[in-house]
Amino acid sequence: MFQVRIHGRGGQGVVTATELLSVAAFEEGSFAQAFPSFGSERTGAPVVAFCRIDTKEIRLREPILEPDALIVQDPTLFKVIDVFQGLRPQGYLLVNTNKSFEDLHIAAKIAGIPAGHARTVNATELALKHIGRPVPNAALLGAFAALSGVVQLKSVVSAIRQAFPGKVGEANVAAATAAYEVAATERVEA
Amino acid sequence: MLKQTEGSHAIAETIALCRPEVICAYPITPQTHIVEGLGEMVRDGHLKNCEFINVESEFAALSVAIGASAAGARAYTATASQGLLFMAEAVYNASGLGLPIVMTLGNRAIGAPINIWNDHSDAMSMCDAGWMQLFAETNQEACDLHIQAFRLAEELSMPVMVCVDGFVLTHAVERLDIPSQADVDAFLPPYEPVQVLDSAEPISIGAMVGPDAFTEVRFLQHYKQTLALRLLPEFAAEFKTRFGRDSGGLLRTYRAEDADMLVVAMGSINGTIKDTIDEMRADGYSIGLVTIVAFRPFPTAALRNLLAGRKNIVVIEKSFAVGMGGQLANNVDLALRNTPASPQVHSVIAGLGGRPITRASLHRVFRRAETQPWEGPHFLDLNEDIIGKELHHVRKVRRSGPTAENLLRRLGASQVAAG
Repeated sequence: MFQVRIHGRGGQGVVTATELLSVAAFEEGSFAQAFPSFGSERTGAPVVAFCRIDTKEIRLREPILEPDALIVQDPTLFKVIDVFQGLRPQGYLLVNTNKSFEDLHIAAKIAGIPAGHARTVNATELALKHIGRPVPNAALLGAFAALSGVVQLKSVVSAIRQAFPGKVGEANVAAATAAYEVAATERVEA
Repeated sequence: MLKQTEGSHAIAETIALCRPEVICAYPITPQTHIVEGLGEMVRDGHLKNCEFINVESEFAALSVAIGASAAGARAYTATASQGLLFMAEAVYNASGLGLPIVMTLGNRAIGAPINIWNDHSDAMSMCDAGWMQLFAETNQEACDLHIQAFRLAEELSMPVMVCVDGFVLTHAVERLDIPSQADVDAFLPPYEPVQVLDSAEPISIGAMVGPDAFTEVRFLQHYKQTLALRLLPEFAAEFKTRFGRDSGGLLRTYRAEDADMLVVAMGSINGTIKDTIDEMRADGYSIGLVTIVAFRPFPTAALRNLLAGRKNIVVIEKSFAVGMGGQLANNVDLALRNTPASPQVHSVIAGLGGRPITRASLHRVFRRAETQPWEGPHFLDLNEDIIGKELHHVRKVRRSGPTAENLLRRLGASQVAAG
């Protein structure tokens, strides 16, 4: 089982991101379970959502306590909550930021993550360029496909098109594809 | 058809396949997505021959369903928590009048303190109102139980509540198999009412009944539920033949055959318990599970047959009767009444107001039932620190303030201290 926890803020499409990820995994024949951490939804408040992916039926209903991957949609959350809580030793980290891990003051934490498993991508900028709104979720999923290989970009693209047919979907597909290319290129260089 | 979709949406799609003729509902979290989905399907013509009636309250929602059902329509509504309480009088009327309404309950805690999260308090508050109550373990079962619920309700002319854990199931996106219209039509024939308000053949429904016949009306209500004890397994078997899945029935077991300890539970927590049992079996523990599907009628005889002769029974439930204990545990105790060599029954209260139930906590409590059994209810993961402080404060200060606010303040302080 592969478990992903996505951190963000209300309005950033955190819950939608886990749902899209689960659809992408479903497209590849996997079992997947996406669910939000339930609270009173408020724009800007810290939000957490979860996605499990497995080759067999998923029965577990507890929150994801030991994620294999973390996607952080808003880097200011590192100051507010313990984002890294429970991250597995071989885990992945993807952060939406234009800063370095040093500038985010999390370099010490990153040192504990295997080489090539922690990445930054400026998903907000890519979202503004392709979608015209600072909604980084689709772009981050594209980058996550490149970083982790848990799902393929084409499955992410298919999930986005199913959820958002038409212009909005295509704009998100463009953002996801651009982020995938950034992350894939950086991965080769690293 | 297999699809990756939200539980609520899949439930709405399945209800549409059951061809309801009147849907009336008032939105309340976490049931909202179900009735929104149905509203959309009626508006866009996907669900035909169905009237979606907007009402001003839950009391009106069930009252409209009662009227529609009495006039011969297949009627559906959904609610949760405070919404169920607000329709309480109509809940009793629907069952007392013998109207086969199906209602989804997106299980949620009851306030005060206000809480939108999942537990089974709402279902328990109405478990003795004469409705049959079926609890879904998964979203797939939630869908499947609705198909069986309409069949059961209409066969007996009695209403059925399908209980689906709020958020945990209603808001989870999963792989679900939505059946075909042809299969649902074959399993669920058109509604043929046993009583109907028809201007061509006028009757009245809802007579005042005095002491001379009231007991007999109640007896016949109970008798119908005892018939459901036979019908539910039959429908589940027929359902499996047609749809190829185990859904419904009275109860199910998991690795129970040789188990010294049996866990008894209802709803979505069963999945986490199964994973925990697999881990404990690997450690050499003799443990299994009984999943209760039908809470009303309660499968007393079937449960007694399973539990008798075991060493330990751990009843874990998301409900609690203040001043008494766990309602499910009490019912399990009743099932064992007068049983020779009755097993030890251990009651665990868990997941109240949406507190997550983790494998780690289940491991601890199942092991503890064997090594350090307790009397009365055990509250899983109880924060004894803030309780101790609050009790101390209440003893010392007369105007000690509101409990909920005091506890939140203490919790905030302890988190800052730990942080």
